[in-house]
Amino acid sequence: MAETLLFNALREAVDEEMGRDETVFVLGEDVGHYGGSYKVTKGLYEKYGPLRVLDTPIAENSFTGMAVGAAMTGLRPIVEGMNMGFLLLAFNQIANNAGMLPYTSGGNYHIPMVIRGPGGVGRQLGAEHSQRLEAYFQAVPGLKIVACSTPYNAKGLLKSAIRDKNPVLFFEHVLLYNLKEDLPSDEYLVPLDKADVVRSGKDVTILTYSRMRHHVLQAVKGIEAQGFDPEVIDLISLKPIDYDTIGASIRKTHRVIIVEECMRTGGIAAEIIASINDRFFDELDAPVMRLSSQDIPTPYNGRLESLTIVQPKQIVEAVEKMMMAQV
Amino acid sequence: MVQERTLPTFQAISAKLDKQEGLRLYEDMVLGRYFEDKCAEMYYRGKMFGFVHLYNGQEAVSTGVIKSMRSDDYVCSTYRDHVHALSAGVSANAVMAELFGKETGCSKGRGGSMHMFSKEHNLLGGFAFIGEGIPVALGAAFQSRYRRDALGDTSADQVTAAFFGDGTTNNGQFFECLNMAVLWKLPILFVVENNKWAIGMAHERASSQTEIYRKASVFGMPGYEVDGMDVLAVREVAQAAVARARAGEGPTLIECLTYRFRGHSLADPDELRSQAEKDEWQARDPLVRLEAYLIEQNLADDAELKAIKKRLEAHIEDAVKFAESSPEPSPDELHRYIFAED
Ligand SMILES: Cc1ncc(C[n+]2csc(CCOP(=O)(O)OP(=O)(O)O)c2C)c(N)n1
Ligand SMILES: [Mg+2]
Repeated sequence: MAETLLFNALREAVDEEMGRDETVFVLGEDVGHYGGSYKVTKGLYEKYGPLRVLDTPIAENSFTGMAVGAAMTGLRPIVEGMNMGFLLLAFNQIANNAGMLPYTSGGNYHIPMVIRGPGGVGRQLGAEHSQRLEAYFQAVPGLKIVACSTPYNAKGLLKSAIRDKNPVLFFEHVLLYNLKEDLPSDEYLVPLDKADVVRSGKDVTILTYSRMRHHVLQAVKGIEAQGFDPEVIDLISLKPIDYDTIGASIRKTHRVIIVEECMRTGGIAAEIIASINDRFFDELDAPVMRLSSQDIPTPYNGRLESLTIVQPKQIVEAVEKMMMAQV
Repeated sequence: MVQERTLPTFQAISAKLDKQEGLRLYEDMVLGRYFEDKCAEMYYRGKMFGFVHLYNGQEAVSTGVIKSMRSDDYVCSTYRDHVHALSAGVSANAVMAELFGKETGCSKGRGGSMHMFSKEHNLLGGFAFIGEGIPVALGAAFQSRYRRDALGDTSADQVTAAFFGDGTTNNGQFFECLNMAVLWKLPILFVVENNKWAIGMAHERASSQTEIYRKASVFGMPGYEVDGMDVLAVREVAQAAVARARAGEGPTLIECLTYRFRGHSLADPDELRSQAEKDEWQARDPLVRLEAYLIEQNLADDAELKAIKKRLEAHIEDAVKFAESSPEPSPDELHRYIFAED
C-alpha cells in the first residue's frame, strides 16, 4: 500500500502500460519536456524517449487524427488533451474517425486509443476551461466514455482503457487530481463497464459520476441524519451505461436520483432517465429526479459558479423531497 | 477562362520503362477508367446510390504514385477513392460490390462510395470529409518511424501516400500535417491532385497562392509540380519521393496538375467549367498519351493494347455480375463492427 495522489495514480498507469507494451505511446501538448500540464506524464519522456512521449505542436485535430492513423496501423496511442475542452477542435477526428470508422470500414480496422485529460468545472477558470463535454460525445457511435473519480479507480480504469481495443474517452476531473488514497502495491485493473456501488442502501438510488461522487458522499451524512438510507452508485462508464447494476439497485430501492455535473439539456441523466423508463418503469415508485448543472456557460464569478453546479445541500433536499412524497 | 498554368516539361524518353512496366501502368489506368465509366452507367441505372465521385482524367496520378510504391506501403484517399483502391490492389469485385452495398464489398457494404477500406491492402480509407485523411495518413507514417526508431525494427521502412485535392489544401489539417511531417521526418508523400476545382469553387478564387507545391518550402520540405496528365512524369517524381521517404529523409509534397473529365460527382450538373477549358484538358487525356508513348517506343502494338482493353472490359463486367449476385449484409448484423471483435 502506498498513499498516492490521483495524478500520480494516472502516471503509474501510463508508466506500467508503456513498460508492458511497447506499442503504447503518449502524445499531446507539453506531455514530454514539461511532463504534462497536470504532471501525469512527468518523468516519462526521460524514461521512454521522444517518440514514445511525443510533444506535439498545438494542432488538436491533426494530432488526434494522427493518433487514429497510428492506432489503425497497430500502435496504441494515448492522446492527452491539455484540457479536454481543447479537443472540441478534434471533434471530427474523435467522432467521424475514432468513433465511426471501425463500423464504416466494415471491421477492417479497429482503433485502440485513449483520449484522456482534465475536464469538468474547475475553480473560476471561466467558461472555456470549465466544460462539461461528456454529453456532447455520448451520441457518437463506437466510443467508450469513462469518468474516473478516485486514485484507485483512476489507475485501474486507465490501465484497462489502454488495453481496450476501442477508442476510450477518459475523463479526469480538474479538481480531483490531488485526491489521496492508499493504492495496492500489486498490479490491478478496474473494468471499464462496471458501475461502482459506493454505498449500499435501501431507500433511494443515487447515480452519479466524477466529482459529483464526492458531493453525493458529502450529502450522505445529511441524508442519514434525515433517517434515510441511500444507495450511491458511481457510474464509472458513461457509455455504455451499466444498466445491470442500476437495475439491481432500482429493484431494491424503487427510487432514483441522478446527480451530474453536465448540463441538464441532453445530458447524461436525460439519457439514463429515458432508459430507466424503457427498462425499469414498473419498478419505480416515483419519477426519476435529476440534479444537473445549469444550462449556461460556466461563469467566472465564484458565487455564480457555485450556483451553476449541484451542491451537496441540494442533494440532501432532493432526497428528502422524494422520500416525503412517498408518505 | 483563367490562363492555364504552364505544365512542367518532362522528357518521356528519359523514363526507364520496359515493356512489362509499361503495360503494368497501362493496365492500371485502363482499369481505373473503365471502372469509373461503368460506375456512371450503374448509377444512372439505379444500382448504386449516394454521392459518387469519379476519377476520370486523373488516372495518371493514382497509377504514377501507387505503382511506384510497394504492396506493404500505405495509401490514404478521399471520397474520390475507387481508383486509388484499385491501384492499391483492392479487387474490382470488392470495390464494385461495395458500391452496390453488398456484404462482399471491401467495407462490407457499410461504407459506400466514399468509404473504401482494405486493411489487407493497407488502404487506410475512404474519407468523406475534406482533409481528415491527411492526419490519419500522418499517423500511419508515424507508426513506420516509431517501429523503426523506437522499437528498433529495421524492416519498418513503409511509406505512406496521402491523396487530396486542391480545395483541401486550404484546410488547416494540410498545414498542420506538413509541419509535423517535417518536424518528425515522417515517410509520407502529400499528393495534391490539383484539378483546378473544388466542386464549383475555382482554385484561384480559393487560394491566395495558387502554386500549391510552393507551400512546401515554408516548412522546409521539397515540393514539386508535375504534369498530372503524364503517368511517366508523375512516376518519376513519385519514385524519387518514395526513395527519400524510405531512406528516412522525410516527406515530399507533390502537386499534380490534372483535371477531372466529369462533374464533381454524378449529381453535379457541371455548369461552371467552360467548354474551352474542358477541351484543352481532354486533349491531354493521360490514357491516350501513354498509349501513344507505348506504341512510339515499340513497347506494345495496337493489337496488344486492344486485347488488354477487351480483357479489362470483361473483367469489369464480371465485377458487376459479382456485385449483383452478392448477398446484402444481414439485418442480424446491423450492429456488428461498432466495437472491435476478438
Ligand atoms: C469538411 C468538409 N467540408 C465540405 C465538404 C463538401 N465537399 C466535398 S468535395 C468538396 C470539394 C473538394 O475539392 P478538392 O479538394 O479540390 O478535391 P476534388 O473534389 O476536386 O477532388 C467539398 C467542398 C466535405 N466533404 N467535407
Ligand atoms: Mg479539386
